[in-house]
Parts: sequence; structure tokens; C-alpha cells
Amino acid sequence: MKIAVCVKHVPDATVHKRIDPETKRLDRSGESTLNPTDLNAVEEALRIKEAHGGEVVLVSLGPAKASDSLRKALAMGADRSVLVSDDAAAGSDLLGTARVLAAALEREGADLVLFGQASSDGDGAVLWAAVADRLRRPMISQVAALTVDAGSITGKRQTEHGYDVITAPLPAVAAVSDAINEPRYPSLKGIMGAKSKPQESLALADLGVAAESVGEAGSQTTVLELGPPPSRGNQITIEDDGSAAQKILDIVLERRLL
Amino acid sequence: MKALVFLEHYAGELEKGGLGALSKAASLGEAVGVVLGPGASEVAARAGAYGATKAYACEDDVLASPLPQPRVDALATLVQKTGADAVLFAASVLSADVAAGLAARLDAGLNWDVIDLSVNDGELVGKRPALGDTVLVDVGWKGGTKLALIRSGALDPVESGGVAEVELFETSFSDFATLAALVEQTQEEVTGPSIEEADIIVAGGRGLGSPEGFTMLEELAAALGGAVGATRAVVDAGWYPYSTQVGQTGKTVSPKLYIACGISGAIQHKVGMQGAGTIIAINKDPNAPIFDFCDIGVVGDLHQIVPKLTELVRASRA
Amino acid sequence: MTRPIDFPPPFGPADAVGVPSDPHEERIEVGVAIVGAGPGGLACAIRLGQLLEEHPEVRERLGEVPVALFEKGKQAGSHLLSGAVVNPRALRQLFRGRLTMADVPTYGEVPGEAVYLMSRRSAVRIPPPPTMRNHGNVIVSISALARFLAEQAEALGVAVLPETAATKLLVEHGRVVGIRTGDRGRGRESEPLSTFESGSDVVAGLTVLAEGTQGYLTAAAIDRFGLEGENPQIWALGVKEVWRVPKPLRRIVHTMGWPLRKSARYGEFGGSFIYPMGDELVTVGFVAGLEAKDVEFSVHDILQEFKTHRLVWKILHGGERVAWGAKTITEGGYFSLPRRFNAPGLLLVGEGAGLVNVPRLKGVHYAIESGRLAGEAAFRALQRGEVAGRVGALDSYDESLRESPMWRELYEVRNMRQAFDKGFFVGGALASMMTVTKGRMPNGRFPTHPNAAASLIKTGRAARYPTPDGTYVYDKLSSVFASGNRTRDDQPNHLKVQSRVRRPVAEAWKWMCPAHVYEVGHDLGDGMVSVEITPSNCVQCGAITAKGGRLTPPEGGSGPEYTLT
Repeated sequence: MKIAVCVKHVPDATVHKRIDPETKRLDRSGESTLNPTDLNAVEEALRIKEAHGGEVVLVSLGPAKASDSLRKALAMGADRSVLVSDDAAAGSDLLGTARVLAAALEREGADLVLFGQASSDGDGAVLWAAVADRLRRPMISQVAALTVDAGSITGKRQTEHGYDVITAPLPAVAAVSDAINEPRYPSLKGIMGAKSKPQESLALADLGVAAESVGEAGSQTTVLELGPPPSRGNQITIEDDGSAAQKILDIVLERRLL
Repeated sequence: MKALVFLEHYAGELEKGGLGALSKAASLGEAVGVVLGPGASEVAARAGAYGATKAYACEDDVLASPLPQPRVDALATLVQKTGADAVLFAASVLSADVAAGLAARLDAGLNWDVIDLSVNDGELVGKRPALGDTVLVDVGWKGGTKLALIRSGALDPVESGGVAEVELFETSFSDFATLAALVEQTQEEVTGPSIEEADIIVAGGRGLGSPEGFTMLEELAAALGGAVGATRAVVDAGWYPYSTQVGQTGKTVSPKLYIACGISGAIQHKVGMQGAGTIIAINKDPNAPIFDFCDIGVVGDLHQIVPKLTELVRASRA
Repeated sequence: MTRPIDFPPPFGPADAVGVPSDPHEERIEVGVAIVGAGPGGLACAIRLGQLLEEHPEVRERLGEVPVALFEKGKQAGSHLLSGAVVNPRALRQLFRGRLTMADVPTYGEVPGEAVYLMSRRSAVRIPPPPTMRNHGNVIVSISALARFLAEQAEALGVAVLPETAATKLLVEHGRVVGIRTGDRGRGRESEPLSTFESGSDVVAGLTVLAEGTQGYLTAAAIDRFGLEGENPQIWALGVKEVWRVPKPLRRIVHTMGWPLRKSARYGEFGGSFIYPMGDELVTVGFVAGLEAKDVEFSVHDILQEFKTHRLVWKILHGGERVAWGAKTITEGGYFSLPRRFNAPGLLLVGEGAGLVNVPRLKGVHYAIESGRLAGEAAFRALQRGEVAGRVGALDSYDESLRESPMWRELYEVRNMRQAFDKGFFVGGALASMMTVTKGRMPNGRFPTHPNAAASLIKTGRAARYPTPDGTYVYDKLSSVFASGNRTRDDQPNHLKVQSRVRRPVAEAWKWMCPAHVYEVGHDLGDGMVSVEITPSNCVQCGAITAKGGRLTPPEGGSGPEYTLT
């Protein structure tokens, strides 16, 4: 069974994430790592491979140095990686990213495509739904438990009201939540072996994706202005003289928080 | 601007989030609503009260399950039919998938986590927080249809007392969109939400003085219908489970209301909850850092205030 | 008289030594194992990589992984912190014929320098002492330098393995046969969690320890092979911040004096450094010896106090703090060096082996130099087909150290640090004498005393520390956050300290620790208290090891994530 896991290289969640004032986009020049929730997807793929046999391929769109982060997932046990790295793709929005990933995934022809639930840099939310539409495949998202049977997957999808159990025939796309598993630590052997695993690098031209349709040029959304944080408005201070509880309730009701 | 607003419904009522988006859209131009799935036509008329000039409904069997992909087909059909240049969604597990699928289908720009919308110089502009709610960004769209996913609770419904004509419409469905099938649906018993989903969180820190302090917080949370959170310090001390830890090395939450009891507000905790809508801090130390970033700062003895508040909340709900 | 040394940690160096325990087929075999991706370990790896590239026949004999470099931080540089003004000679030599200094990431040559003697309200400029002249030296971020060196090492075929702690030195039949890496995925009570991944025995023909200050396996090796030097080792604690500033600083600054107190009674010795990092950044740090006697002695707070001086304020105000960190510095000097730097199958490199020149504030180029020499000695042994375990096989390393300029430099200042035990003025006079006579006078060996042996006194020093305001003066917890520390909370406690101590000792630990790890717990009667520990705050500076406890390596990947320090 061939499982493709879409992973993303994001700026490390250390203190100084900043927005570059010139490009108005997230400053990605610092150190970076694999998006933490993608590790849940990698872990799930590895578990499926351990149960059913097959191959786990990592697919990513990012700068050349993303290959370092990919190596960490290879150290966990993935078999190989495909990185689409092309300057023209920098600054791609949801659509552009989905376009590139879908092209790379079609080339792989995997039975199951997995995504992690959300990306720590806030840029990849709901990517899976866009990719599934482009691939024309059924999709299950918010999956907190996944089982694979001959030819189909069943996911326990968490919703606001409880959970839904959904099945879909393969080939399919699934986005897993971070509740699904605890990603494993790579073993030392795994870390040392990662370097000799195949890491392929592709340009947009290799996928037949037009440069104008992705990146800043192809983006259908724009960032206009940066501003200070949403102000919290005037702060109210209450010194308790016995009436604080009532005052709190009054404010809560007035702001319709209940 | 002509906006199509995706309205979800549950147990015979239109969901608040969609109505909030509708009210905002109606204030900026023309707005129509769409309701999908069983019971849609009955409930769609209510959209008029919140600014929709028209409400579209489709009750095709295919839409019976709460799955996103067939809804993409339905909306794509409707966008073409109505000539809407914007489609708005109030964020939910379902609508997020629909919005992204529709963006791919229409090759349209999607801005998400939007907390406000306005029209500047004839162009639609959205406002959204970024970097853990530490900056505010103005975002726009290029090209034809503009899609927006609005943060849960950001826009309040405003009743304008109008009436909407309900029109049923039909759509075909892509072959792949109907492959996923609902097998079982379970409602979770209301033992209280988990902190990730809760709209209201009551959290405790070292100022509680002892693990028993959490019993008091549990009662307040139950009265409010919320969940209980904890700081790293008390989890380390074994007072409350790790699954409730809010903070840099615990969970990040953004409830509508966060009541911090006996919490000093160290940055490790702050980064886990600074996105909360309203922060109320109760602490007897007026110099605690939490007073620098809360909305309502209460200096006092939480052992007096919290039980009193619980009593008052219960009374007001009774 | 209360002294931390009377409350030794529940730990001994022998705890870090063992025999391989994995079944043979599961042991990981490498040619040379290097512990620590600091400038020393990386220089060793690079030099070895260069020589193996030139001699493929030797390389082949070393198997699939000829050189493996183990680093406990998230990546090379994550746990590195220094000023730093570096003498480029060691880097030039390391990269001779391959790269020039233009290829190395630095902030350029020292533009100019000034030394000040500080008091609360003034800063008197004094001529830089000969040991502190930095013309021709370059300003670097040691963390950034390590990232660069790691790339060079990898390009030469070295396997750089981050997030991997070395927790045991493997010794069999009197020789070092490798290291054991640490477990990952254990809970607070050391119970295996669902993600538990056991460490591995790494078996190597030769092991190089380049662990830096408070080297965990280094201390175990020195104990196991009887390599202790004449004087006990001593340390200082350095705490620094990096600021983005509105106007560039165009010189490096060193200061002495305030806020430290000059009388020998307090045992406060050290000073500050303020270095530009390009036009936009400035780093300011304070270093003070850990023999300080005051219970409330806190280098972090002294740094905050120091920042309030007009001299510093003029440089920093209007700017924004972008990084913070803390680390100990080895201060014993010449007489604290181990009596041999090698043992069967083992080489000791860099600061872990005590190679730091305190009066010159230099250690980075000594680390690189000794790492390079270790790489060469290792290569020679491997080339001869030597079993590196033969006694004496690695003695050429010791010889090369003694013949290097750094040895002579260390000898010249062999008593200078110790002189300041006598206080600022007497110490200063003695130091001048040593400088003028180039180390010939005074002769003899001035002793050092273990930092933990200092008796604690209370003088109300904390009243002078400025109150944190979150924009210029910072508290410890927000500083730990600024170090990038996101250590998993439910891990075993990696800090070995006694849990019942006299109150002044617990208080001294609380103030000493820059990361707010220790707090005074409950009263246990009889003047004794419990100690409350928050291990996940720990930035692994090592101060506790100098003051009566023992820092051991936590799970790999834990701790700070320095990038600019």
C-alpha cells in the first residue's frame, strides 16, 4: 500500500516569529522544523505501513532547506521524500499550494494521502480539502482514529457535537487530528539511516505546473496592511469589597458570554 | 458586493455563526443565504430576519450526511446561478472543508480566520489576527469570487426584521464527492467540553493554595457550562491532570471567556490563552503580570469570589 | 557556617560509566564517536573528515559511519552561548587551503574597544589590560558559528546526530569503547510512555569528549582514569541578552566593578561585555564567579541591574530584546587542567577539558585548536592501524597541546584568576605584576577552592535588583521563554540535588539559578527545608553543578534553542 504524507516546513516556534515588514508575510528566514501536527500524520502512515506493508512517501512544497526537516521524518521510518522546491512557488497561497501538491501527488499515485490537522504558522489550514477536490478523491478530515481495510478507510471524525464515523473507498485523502496518536521518537539507527534514503527534488516544470499559477504571482489573496494587535479595549479593574462576584456576572451577561 | 452566505443548521435552528456572517454581509451589500440538507427549506426563511433578501435550499438525499464534498458541488452550482461575487462561511469543522474545497473548485481566493469585513474603495477587505493573535492583518482578494471563513464567534447576528423568499434549487454531484459515506453518528454526552473546544474555561494556578481549590473551579465551570484548565505549576505539583494544562508546553486555547483564578500570568501560560475573547483574572496580588493583559482584573480573595460567583451564575440560569 | 558543599548531590561520577548492555547485533558501530557539537567537537569532526577524505583507505576501515557527532540540543548551536570575540587563527588553520575567513559567518573584526571601571553613577575609561586587547579578532555568535561548522562537517561525510544525549561512557577492560545514548519518552517517574525509545550502545574505536562546561562524561572520565589536575576546577556563570538596537554600536566594551562588590569578603569577581553584532544587534552579558558568597547572588538580576547604568542604557534603550541565555564558564585555568588529556580510547577537547583563558576571555579558539589537534591525533592512531585503546597510543595529542601557543598563554596567566580571591584591588595589583613579568612572577601555584565550599552570607543584596517591567528589565521566567526553551514537562527530573538542605542553601540555589528552577519548599524543622524543582525551566547552564548539585543530560532535544547567542 502506498501512503503519501503531505508535510510542511515551518519556522520554528521559538520566540521571535515576526512578519517581514517589506513582504508583509511571515519571516521564514530563521531556523525551521517540520510542522508538529504533520508528525501525527507521519506516525499514522508508519503504523498503517507496519500493519499492511507498503511504502510511506513524504511530499512537501518548500525551500531547499526543507530537506533537513524531511530527513527527520525519514528518521522516524518514512521511506523517501519528494520536495518541490522552486523560487516561483514562494509565497503561494492555499490555491497555489494545493495546485502544486496535487500535481506531485498525482505523480506518486498513492492509495492514501494523509495530512496533519493544522499548521503552526497558520498558513495551511484546510489545505487537504482543496487538494482532495483537485485530485477528485473522497476525503475525511478531523480524523481521531483511522482504520484501513481492503480497499477502504474508516475514520472517526470529531465534530462540535460528537463524532461521525465515515468510510471512503481508496484512493482517498484523510486529514488526521493531533489526538490520533503520539508520534514516535526516531531511533538512533533511524536517524543515521535517514541520510541514505532517497530525497527527490522537483521544480515546477517537472510537474507541468505553470509558474504564474502559483507563488505570489498566482496568489488569489493579498495581504494589505499590518497593524498592532487587536486592542483589548479598556481594562476594568475591580477591587473586591464583597461585590466583585456580582460585578463579574454583570459584565459577563452584558457581553453575552453566557 | 453580492454575497452568498453558507448557513448551517442544527436541531431545527440556524446556527449563530452563519447568521452573524449574514448580518455583516447584508450591511455591506446584497446578501443571500443557502441552507443544505434535511429540513433546510423549513429553516431557510429565518435567514430573512438577519438580512438575506433570498434563501436557497436543497434537500437532496446526497446532502443528508454532514459531509463537505457534496456541499462544494451545491455551492459551485449556486455561485454560478446567483452570480454572487463573494461566499462567506462561519468556521466550523464542516464549513472549513467546504470553503477550501470550493476555493479549489472555483480557483478562488480564500481568507480564513477573518474577524471582520469591510468595503474600502469598493473592494472587500477582511481583518484577521496572525502570529498567535499578536498582530492584525488586513487581507484582500484578487480575481473573481472572494471566499472568507469567519472565526467562530467573531461576528454577532443582528436582527433586521426582513423576510427572505425561499427558493429550492437542484444540483448535480461530482462522482468522487459522493464516495465518502456516513456510517454512524454519535452525540457526545454533555459531561462538559474538553478545553480545546470549550467556549468558557475556568483555570486555576498556584494561588488556589491546594489541590482542593480545583473542586471550587469545577463547580463554577459546571455552572457556566465550561471546562477546567490548569497552569504548568499546578500540573507539575500533581494537583490536576496534564491534559488540562494550558500554556506553551500544554494546550493553546481561544475560548470566548477565560477566567484565570490564582494565576500569575507568566508568559509560558500567557501564550496558551492570549487569544481568548475576554479574560477575567482573579488574584490577590495586584502586581501579578496577568493584570497587564486581562480585560477584567479582579484583585481579591478567590476563595470568596469564586463560590459567590458560582452561586450567582446558578441563580441567573435558573 | 552553611556551605552548599555540605549537601552533595545523590550522584557520583561512577553513575555515568558502564559497560555495553545491548545485545551485540543491536549495538551501533561507528569509527570515531564525538560528543558535543560545539566548536571543539566540530573542529575535531571537520579535521578528521578532511584527513579521511584525503586518505580513503583509512576511511574504508572505519565502516559505514566513520565519524559520528552526537549533540544533545535540537541542532548544533542550540545549547551554545558565549560573547563572543574570537581569535581567528584557529579557524584559519582548520580551513587552510579550503576556506577563508570570508566564508565563515562573523560580524566582522572588532571595530574598536573600550574598558570601563564602573561605579553606580560613573564609568571611568581605563586602558585595556594587555590580556584584553582584541585587535584583529572577530565578533561571532557561537551558536551561528556552530551551525556553519556543522554544515562543513556534514559536507565532509560526518554524521551529525542532534537531539541525542550521551548519558554513559562505555568502558571495558580499562579502555573506552564508546558511549550510550539517552532514552527518550520517559515520564515524570521514569516510567516508559507510549513513545518510549530506548537509548543505544554506540561502539567506537575512539571516543572524543567535547562536551563543554560541566561535561557530564568528561567528569566521569577524569574520575575513572584518575586524570584530575592539581587545583579543583571552578566556574563562573554568564548571563546574556541580545538586543535589536536603534543605533549601531561601533566598539566592543568590557567593564569591571559595579554592580559587583570589590571586597574579598563577598567573593564577587567578574565583569560585563557589550558587543555589536552587525549594525542592528548588540549583545550584553554579565559574567561572575560562582564562589560568590551572598545567598542572594543572582547573575541574571545583576545583569538587569547593570543595564540600568547610563552607559548601557544609552546603547539599549529604544531597542527590543530578542534573545536571552545563560551558561557557565570554566575558570580554573592552567592548574586545574587534567593531568592528561587522553586515556585508552579517549580524547578530551576544549572547555570540558578546562582549556579556557579567563583573563583574555577566550575559549572558542582553544576549543577549535584542541579539536583540530585531537582530530589529527585520532587520525594518526587510526592510520597506524593502532588499536586506539593501547596505553600511550594517543599521547601524541597531549604532546601537541603542550607545544601549541595556547599552552604557553595559559601558563602565563596560571595564577591570575586565583589572585582575585583576594579582592579587586589586591587581585588587580597581583594581576598587573603577572602581566608585566609575563607570568614569571609571582611564582608557585595559587590554590582554587571549589565554588560550593564558599560559606553563605546574607547582606540584603536582592534589595538592589531592579523590578522587572517586561520591556527593559526582565524577570527570569520570561527570559527562559526568550531562550526558546519548550522542554516537555512530564520527563524525569535531570537535576540531582539533595532534597533536604539548610534554608540558606535552598535560597542560594534559588537566586543562583538564572532559569528559576529551584524554590524554597516547606519547612522541615531544625532549620532544614525541602527544595522545589521545576526541571523543565532548566537551560542547562551548569551552575548547580558548581554549587552542590549535578546537572545530568535530560532527554535529547530538551533545553534552550539558542540561535543568536
